[in-house]
Amino acid sequence: MTYFAGIDVGSLTTEVVILDKDDRMVSYAISATGANVTEAVEHTLGQALSRAGLARDRLNFIVATGYGRITIPFADKKITEISCHAMGAHHLFPDTETVIDIGGQDSKVIRIDGEGKVIDFAMNDKCAAGTGRFLEVMAGTFQVPIDDFGALSLKSKREIPISSICTVFAESEVISLIARNEPAEDIIRGLHRSVVSRVWGMVQTVGVPGPVTMSGGVAKNPGVVILLEEHLKKPIHIHTEPQIIGALGAALFAKKHFLRD
Amino acid sequence: MKDLGAPALFRLQQMQKKKRPRKPNPHLGPPLKCADRLREIMTRHYYLSRFVKGAKPVAWVTSGAPVELLRVFDFYTVYPENHGALCGAQKLGPEICSKAEDRGYHPDLCSYARIDLGHAFSGKTPAGRLPRPDLLFCCNNICQTVLYWYKELSHYWDVPLIVFDTPFNFKDIQESDIRYMVSQFEEMIPRLEKISGRKFSDKRFKKIISLGSEASLTWGRVLATMKHSPAPMTIFDAFVHMAPVVSLRGLPVSLDYYRILLEELEDRVEKGIGAIAKEEKRLMWDNIAVWFKLRDWSLLFAERGFNFVAATYTNAWAETIHYLNPESPFESMARAYSLVILNNNMDHRLKLMEGMIRDYRIDGLVILSLRSCKPYSVGQYDIRRLLGERLGVKTLVIEADMTDFRTFSEEQIRTRLEAFFEQLEE
Repeated sequence: MTYFAGIDVGSLTTEVVILDKDDRMVSYAISATGANVTEAVEHTLGQALSRAGLARDRLNFIVATGYGRITIPFADKKITEISCHAMGAHHLFPDTETVIDIGGQDSKVIRIDGEGKVIDFAMNDKCAAGTGRFLEVMAGTFQVPIDDFGALSLKSKREIPISSICTVFAESEVISLIARNEPAEDIIRGLHRSVVSRVWGMVQTVGVPGPVTMSGGVAKNPGVVILLEEHLKKPIHIHTEPQIIGALGAALFAKKHFLRD
Repeated sequence: MKDLGAPALFRLQQMQKKKRPRKPNPHLGPPLKCADRLREIMTRHYYLSRFVKGAKPVAWVTSGAPVELLRVFDFYTVYPENHGALCGAQKLGPEICSKAEDRGYHPDLCSYARIDLGHAFSGKTPAGRLPRPDLLFCCNNICQTVLYWYKELSHYWDVPLIVFDTPFNFKDIQESDIRYMVSQFEEMIPRLEKISGRKFSDKRFKKIISLGSEASLTWGRVLATMKHSPAPMTIFDAFVHMAPVVSLRGLPVSLDYYRILLEELEDRVEKGIGAIAKEEKRLMWDNIAVWFKLRDWSLLFAERGFNFVAATYTNAWAETIHYLNPESPFESMARAYSLVILNNNMDHRLKLMEGMIRDYRIDGLVILSLRSCKPYSVGQYDIRRLLGERLGVKTLVIEADMTDFRTFSEEQIRTRLEAFFEQLEE
């Protein structure tokens, strides 16, 4: 049996997906990237291998993606997360025409064709507005676990708009709103709106989409999803583990390149 | 300039410098032989500038100014934008920009302007020393920022400023526009005579006009050699080799230089010598060069078999300046300088780019969105969309400054570029 691994080293988390030759996901693992990329990769890969009950040398081809892709010396090939998210999303939801990936450090909107190839893409510019990091910083300000942050926004009755898109300035804006005793959920809803309006701008850059799949950690946030669906006027495909889509795409490329070589 | 004795000094200085041999890169073709001659010309130009004060009148001019008129009065010209590019290439952008920012100039202001003002305030330059101007000569065909930037210099040094105002071309150039511009030239002549202490000569002017037109035409032929596959040079080369047509236009040296460069390139075309080892995809660049990344990127692209063979930027000095005609020097000069890409309408730009994409058989377009240069960067998303619809060309938009790398995000840009490569490779 041949096995393939995709490793996605993002700014916040590292994911590993192991596939067999029939494209079945044998195992996956997710862990925090932290300050040491090599350690994070070793740890996450080890976890995925032990879950699959495989030794390292059983992997026939490894593709690395994400920001840390260059620091994985043993990867057979490095492919950008843009191509990998496209391929992963296409594999899980074959009707996907647009992938919205909101990750820790950047957000991207990718238009893909019927085979999961990239037609066009747009990414956020050099700032954290519209990214997972923005929400994480704000959740920190409210001392709310990031996993509960989206759900909290859904309780809002009256959204408070946040005018700053800069993470640092938005934080001071939030602090002054808290000082005015504004309800937390209303401010949080405004923060979610801020992220979504940035991402929506990118969606429009690549063209109004057909079926949409969301990937990245922020796809787990119902507050963002609901606002995006409001814009799209249709439901979004979301896998139970949206964070692993990049690694899955990388594993699919690993198989493709192994067979080609 | 021989009377200055500078060439001898220059040669002496060159002799003292040890040449370190550069290892050949397997992804690049053989380097252009002309590069040494170019370095000599440009170094000499900057070197002479240290000694020129008092020997010749000095003018600081914008990159799109009708410099041919100044040459009649024997002005030694300094191009702050070219100097800005030089500072950018030597990775001095942030350091010199901050000298202007310390005085309250906003970081969103064009970084060429910030470098120039920063240099004016601090004297900092990699060129040794730039001569103080006797005249500031500014043409607003490239942007409106130059007006305020040159006004600022004029105020700071108490130096006369001449502005040449070129009406924006919304559709077709009007006779009244030409008359307006020609009357400005007529007004300038007595002022230029006074500042320079030299008389206007119609005969000399016509000769310079011919030289300028010829240099621009020859530069156009140089660029056109890249229509061949493999292209004998890359746009990264052109970004460097454009210096004479920008800053020494109207002088015999620029025309001479492009003649030998053209000869070398034609020879390379004939022998099938490419600028990169393996040209697989051909790209076009839109906007000013990112000076501090020239070398890194030329390798990054060459490694993947991608060659930039055209750019709207390098083309700007080949597009209209050859309209210069000694038969009607003033009218043709008005036309040549007011119809440049940045003073022309979007439809014009779109058609120009469409033509270039076809002529140079472009596979992908890289658009640089540049906060420093608003007139260049406006409308780029519409251009990207329309070119995609009409020609199906794949386009990438990246954001960077041409000199100020404090706003440069290495990893983000790298990821975008690599994703674009992957898109084109499939």
